[in-house]
Amino acid sequence: MDLFLNQLFNGVSLASLYLLASLGLALSFGLMRVINMAHGEMLMLGGYLAWATLLVVPGAAGILIAMPVAFVGAAAMGGVIQTVLIRRLSARPLDTLLATWGVSLVLQQAARDLFGAVGVEVRAPAWLEGSVELAGVVIPTARLFIIGVAVAVLGGLALILLKTRIGLLVRAVNQDRMMASATGIAVGRVDLAVFCLGSGVAGLAGVMLALLGPVTPSVGQAYIIPAFLVVVMGGLGSITGTTAAAVILGVFAALAQLFVDVSVSQMLLLVFVVLFIQFRPQGVVAVRTRQLDA
Amino acid sequence: MPEVPAILRRGLPWLLLALAAAAPAALSGYDLNLLARFMAMAILALGLVLVWGHGGILSLGQGVFFGLGGYAIAMHMKLADLPAGEMPDFMVWSGREALPLWWAPFGSATFAIAAAILVPTLVAALFAWAVFHRRVGGTYFALITQALALAFATLIISQQDATGGFNGLTDFYSILGFGLASPRTGVGLYWLTLAILCAAFVGLRWLTASRFGMLLRAARDGENRVRFLGYSPVPFKVVAFAIGALLAGIAGALFTLHAGVVSPALIGVVPSIEMVIWVAVGGRYSLAGAIVGALAVNLARDAVSSAFPELWLYCMGALFILVVTLMPNGLAGLLKGRAA
Amino acid sequence: MIRNKLLLLATSVAAAALSACSGEGGGGAAGSGDTVAVGVLQSLTGTMAISEITVKNAEMLAIEEINAAGGVLGKKLNAVVEDGASDPSTFAQKASKLIESDKVATVFGGWTSASRKAMLPVFERTKNLLWYPVQFEGNECSPNIMYSGAQPNQQALPALEWAAAQGYKTYFLIGSDYVYPRTANLILKKHIEKGGMQVLGESYVPLGGTDFSGVIAKLRQAKPAIVINTLNGDSNVAFFKQLAAAGLGPKVLPVMSFSIGEQEAQAMGAQLVEGSYAAWNYFQSLPGDANAKFIAAYRKKFGADAAITDPMVHGYLDVYAWKAAVEKAKSFEPDAVRKAAASLGGFPTPMGTVSFAANQSLVQKAYIGRLKADGQFEIVSDSGADIPPQPYDALAFPGKTCTL
Repeated sequence: MDLFLNQLFNGVSLASLYLLASLGLALSFGLMRVINMAHGEMLMLGGYLAWATLLVVPGAAGILIAMPVAFVGAAAMGGVIQTVLIRRLSARPLDTLLATWGVSLVLQQAARDLFGAVGVEVRAPAWLEGSVELAGVVIPTARLFIIGVAVAVLGGLALILLKTRIGLLVRAVNQDRMMASATGIAVGRVDLAVFCLGSGVAGLAGVMLALLGPVTPSVGQAYIIPAFLVVVMGGLGSITGTTAAAVILGVFAALAQLFVDVSVSQMLLLVFVVLFIQFRPQGVVAVRTRQLDA
Repeated sequence: MPEVPAILRRGLPWLLLALAAAAPAALSGYDLNLLARFMAMAILALGLVLVWGHGGILSLGQGVFFGLGGYAIAMHMKLADLPAGEMPDFMVWSGREALPLWWAPFGSATFAIAAAILVPTLVAALFAWAVFHRRVGGTYFALITQALALAFATLIISQQDATGGFNGLTDFYSILGFGLASPRTGVGLYWLTLAILCAAFVGLRWLTASRFGMLLRAARDGENRVRFLGYSPVPFKVVAFAIGALLAGIAGALFTLHAGVVSPALIGVVPSIEMVIWVAVGGRYSLAGAIVGALAVNLARDAVSSAFPELWLYCMGALFILVVTLMPNGLAGLLKGRAA
Repeated sequence: MIRNKLLLLATSVAAAALSACSGEGGGGAAGSGDTVAVGVLQSLTGTMAISEITVKNAEMLAIEEINAAGGVLGKKLNAVVEDGASDPSTFAQKASKLIESDKVATVFGGWTSASRKAMLPVFERTKNLLWYPVQFEGNECSPNIMYSGAQPNQQALPALEWAAAQGYKTYFLIGSDYVYPRTANLILKKHIEKGGMQVLGESYVPLGGTDFSGVIAKLRQAKPAIVINTLNGDSNVAFFKQLAAAGLGPKVLPVMSFSIGEQEAQAMGAQLVEGSYAAWNYFQSLPGDANAKFIAAYRKKFGADAAITDPMVHGYLDVYAWKAAVEKAKSFEPDAVRKAAASLGGFPTPMGTVSFAANQSLVQKAYIGRLKADGQFEIVSDSGADIPPQPYDALAFPGKTCTL
């Protein structure tokens, strides 16, 4: 029973990582129908930025400073990729996958040349080390913190989308790009803003990963494929859907580990998603649309 | 712009064929083996032209089918050289007591060859049907195939006692009674690969020019319009994907014969997506382009990675970015000056 | 016009690539002229590069030292370096290039079992000789490979004996999902059971995996006395970090690792793994002049803070063992060299005097070290006598023997 509860918590913890890694993907996919294969490298960038920040500002508050730094750094990198590459390929979503895969290769190799192939370690501040015990479940503080950050990011995004002007514009473009453009909305700028926001969230996710493991040139790769599956399962551009999919997949993967090795649980994750789309091809949350080619 | 002379365009395939036929006499055993491996990969690339170019289906998991073909033939070779009553060496050191049941039929060469062809085809058909019949496609399909590549490679690694795990399968001695160490077997396998490559080329040329090819392209360009015309695009896409997998399976089997090893390192996420770039370089709509692309990228990798290993990943990254953005029709597009 | 130029460019690139590939064989044949070609084949790119580049460095250092001292049988060594790219089929391909095109007399290289397995048929077919420097799972014995890395009875079993002697009765085995951990653990399980002790759990994580929440939950449930860890590379950092966060640091739950050396400890930040144990045949902290001299020479060339590890020393001693064997055989011919190597007797190395047994594996000592805060190991136990190599564990694989 303890083991089950422990794994349930681990599932939620895994879900928070999947969510942070996939939110940016889901946002820009909903808006532009493109997937940035270099999204994993935004996580990596966030991790290295956290490491660099902690070199400059060691101590208890370092990690809190690292979070905005990583957010801004990854958002800026995302902005560059969007402006230089993805914008030009907007009509060719499949080609965007391939071109951004190239970006991912280059960024990984650049990180290898800059920081070395061995991972660097980010030491969590004292207040994030250790764990609390609750009803037989041992909960590492760092994982609680990550869940908190994921919830905060989710709340922040919801606020931005529902309560701000830029959110209004994003929803307008999301519903009907042509119509939005016709009413004078600078669609390109909305795309850029969303892309930067999504990349920034990925950068933040990178900081969270750094609390759990080493930052390596390929750190993003470990989480990016589950994040893709979250996007596939979540449904087009729906934050609620993405969140639900992240929780379902995270808990599923963790509970599967009660019975099988990590390796086999990865296979089961894919089988689960393929079976899921048999029943709900539109994803967890289907966005209603009258468009034929959604 | 000036058209490339028709003589060059039509003559090119024949010129390549003549060069390929001269290769066994001109090249050393090592170089011939290298060329044969790359030609096996070119067979897979041809399949991608059908799937990606004509079908508009981007598969980032072609390595899975390559692997299924490779493993089928490798399992046979592991069993073929075994003294009676023995198990393959890796099963012994993985602590297995008896040969898994599903290994047993691979003792027969006919079964293994049939499996190398049919298993990838059927798996691909089933997988594609499961996804396409619910009208999931495009980017979603690409992402799911990538997850498939990851899951398949991870699964093979984790079932070490039955699959050889991370090491893969290697240490083969003979195929159908021919010793693999003999240079004559190497030359024979080269001719076999060349013949299959040519057959695949001719077959796909016919297929893409047929009514099937036309409807496949129509489904690519306007899936719903095809539906309104009374056709379901699903069977066309499933069949195209299955043929792509069939060719990938054959390619994997031939590659395993040439390389003498099949391992998860050849079939995971990274190799699978690199297979797409061969075709992108050559031109996604062009069969001849795919062959040239597969050969050129692999030759370049061999040359660059020997001299400047660190540089190769930058080259690969740049290739993805530049070819896809600036040359969507690849080398073939340069020749023709327009999309097919 | 532009398109025509591009076409020209493309064809000339293709032609250049073709000619580079089909080009002449390169390098002089073994033993001809006043140089002899030897191959160095390690992963210079990919996931294994981080470990293998240091082995390549050590092998190149030995080659340079030998050349500076006049070479072998009056010939200078010409090292041909190739990249195995962390991919077994590339290893096989490059091995056959080295032997068939570059005509090397022998090859030093390989790290993963996968790379060795893929190269083995090439070396058997061409009757060449590979010197393999890394600890491995045994169960192999080829006349065309010299195995200087530890067999299981030279690293894993001494570690188990040590743990049993310390009074640890219950074990948890955790490893990366590949061949060495699974086979080493199979052997360990047999010996643990035979010793009347218990295995409480066994978990494998995909190579490079960084999420250990599930494994740690199982560990906590099982409550073993000691963990035997065969994780590889960066997974170790994540494992120890998450272990510490769960309140199971090395001081609470002892961990014995088979793949953490000085380099890994340095990279991980030693404070994270301080107090955990490792088993090797060489530690940088071993006493002796030969070791001090080797460390100084390596650091002079590759950086003053370079960590020195067991596989590097094995790579280094392989080159010297080959030289000694060639000189004894008075020939570069691989068959003569391997026979000479097996009958060489003891030769001095940074890890003390070692020799090759008749089964072409190295006779060597085993050491247990405890990691200190500075990233060096304090040697807490050694096997005393030299341990003769056993490719096939008698308990796990009864009836198997090595016949060359």
